[in-house]
Amino acid sequence: MPVQAMYEYKYKPLDIQENFHGNQLVYIGWEQHLMFCAPVCLPLPPDMPFGALIKDVLPGVYGSHPDWEKVDWDQVEWKLDDNAFAPDMEAGLEDQGIRHKSVIRFRTPGLNGIEGTAT
Amino acid sequence: MAANKRLSLREKYQKFTRDLAWEPTYQKKSDIFPQTEFEGIHIHDWDKWEDPFRLTVDAYWKYQAEKERKLYSIIDAFSQNNGQLNVTDARYVNALKLFLTGVSPLEYAAHRGFAMAGRQFGGVGPQVSCQMQSIDELRHSQTQIHTISQYNKFFNGFHDWRHMHDRVWYLSVPKSFFDDAMSAGPFEFLTAISFSFEYVLTNLLFMPFMSGAAYNGDMATVTFGFSAQSDESRHMTLGLEVIKFMLEQDERNVPIIQKWIDKWFWRGYRLLSLVSMMMDYMLPKRVMSWKEAWEMYFEENGGALFEDLSRYGIRMPKYWDVSVKEKHRLSHEVWSIFYNYDHAAAFHSWLPDESEMEWLSAKYPDTFDKYYRPRFEYWRSLQQNGERWYNNTLPMLCQTCQIPMAFTEPDDPTQICYRSSEYNGDRYHFCSDGCKDIFDDEPEKYVQAWLPVHQIYQGNCGGASVPEVLEWYHLVDDQDNKEYLESPDRANWLRWKGLSDAEADREVKAAVNE
Repeated sequence: MPVQAMYEYKYKPLDIQENFHGNQLVYIGWEQHLMFCAPVCLPLPPDMPFGALIKDVLPGVYGSHPDWEKVDWDQVEWKLDDNAFAPDMEAGLEDQGIRHKSVIRFRTPGLNGIEGTAT
Repeated sequence: MAANKRLSLREKYQKFTRDLAWEPTYQKKSDIFPQTEFEGIHIHDWDKWEDPFRLTVDAYWKYQAEKERKLYSIIDAFSQNNGQLNVTDARYVNALKLFLTGVSPLEYAAHRGFAMAGRQFGGVGPQVSCQMQSIDELRHSQTQIHTISQYNKFFNGFHDWRHMHDRVWYLSVPKSFFDDAMSAGPFEFLTAISFSFEYVLTNLLFMPFMSGAAYNGDMATVTFGFSAQSDESRHMTLGLEVIKFMLEQDERNVPIIQKWIDKWFWRGYRLLSLVSMMMDYMLPKRVMSWKEAWEMYFEENGGALFEDLSRYGIRMPKYWDVSVKEKHRLSHEVWSIFYNYDHAAAFHSWLPDESEMEWLSAKYPDTFDKYYRPRFEYWRSLQQNGERWYNNTLPMLCQTCQIPMAFTEPDDPTQICYRSSEYNGDRYHFCSDGCKDIFDDEPEKYVQAWLPVHQIYQGNCGGASVPEVLEWYHLVDDQDNKEYLESPDRANWLRWKGLSDAEADREVKAAVNE
């Protein structure tokens, strides 16, 4: 049963995409870097090219970590919603299957946080 | 004369409860008590409900009035003698801020919840029990507000607790917990609050808070604790009574109750993660570690309780084993959340000093030095260069517990635990299997969750920048929030105590090492 209620209880979910003023939510997590205590949540334009996400958005999120400037972007392993993923840097988020409230996770081989402790 | 004959306790209980009830003649019982059936619980004989205390309303008023008199005379004395200056360190007051802004509104919510549940039960025994608990909860909330009032005169962050409870991101955790219970039916409400929270988990809330207050010289809070204690033991007894009553009434109730126990154990446990960091990081003088408390109060006591309930076909709550795996890291992960986002919180955070880190290493030999000490030492190195680090991007939250997704895989403390579900074409994310199961069982309820981060991005929280959101929270930047070492609270404390910076550090160390 979708809810235990005394009557038909069905309303629009609170976080549908149309509530975000043209943006979609994207969650991003940098594996093994738990100094950032949790993945982050960002409202982004669905047509933003993936390359712009890396170049313009993520430095503001993760740039304070000493590993950030050592990241070799050709080596990064990506996951989109639990599946391996090869981002197209030129294509927009939506066009490569990144949906509202998708999770993008990236692993930076050889970079495992402060003193290698996943921090 | 018969009229002067003293009634026995049992007779009096009979007169003041069962004898006050009547059978309706011109209205259907199901119209009078419309909420008793939709949850699927079958009750055949309400009279089987027994209050083990046999408390009647005349005795209730007498006991409570006596307790109130004692309590307020001590609170007055505390206030007149500036008792707030006797706490171990001003850092302690931050534990109090979290408790009083997070829990006191829940006491009031419990007052409402028990009044509503009492109205809905078809038997006079539970009606009277719920009514008394409702009044108790109102009293607890009132006495805690008096404590807030006293501390609010001297420390920041207490000033608008009611307003903050509906808005501030981490206060949505306790708020949504209770809203979830109140918007369920009366039987689930009692299973959630009376049994799962008050009976199974309350020791983990009360013990650290009250013993923590006693260890740290906070007599106002200790006094409140003593005053509430006899009520709490009555509430706990009610919690066990209600479970046994439902289980004994009909065997069809058993799987429903097991499902609620699974749900509310996990909801309560996630809520208590805030207490874990209070115990391990916020009390200048520690009582015991979270890990020790979980072992004693849940693994040992809880284990015995569920052993006892196994004769009804009830087993340990689902995912209790995950809570045992998490005990080695819970408080460290949660304290990291608040170190990350303290610029948007109504209390201060700080890094444990060297003597505190030694305590944490000793209490958490398998995890602290390996995972968390390097994190804190790195943060300290930044702080010593004048760059106290904050996380400037809002976190992903769990759809169910609403806590940032900081919890790690049960078997891997270096890997964030990601779980998700699809429902009607939208996706939802969870911090754990426990929170995912709760959503999957009633998705229509949780797709309505008011997640603070998403609400900020929808433009419902005053604006998109931190200063705008703080204003909407009624928090004053650089006063109520951020690092303790740079706070006006600490500066005031040093001034009141006539201490220099170095002396303040020595006092903290002495408290830890004692």
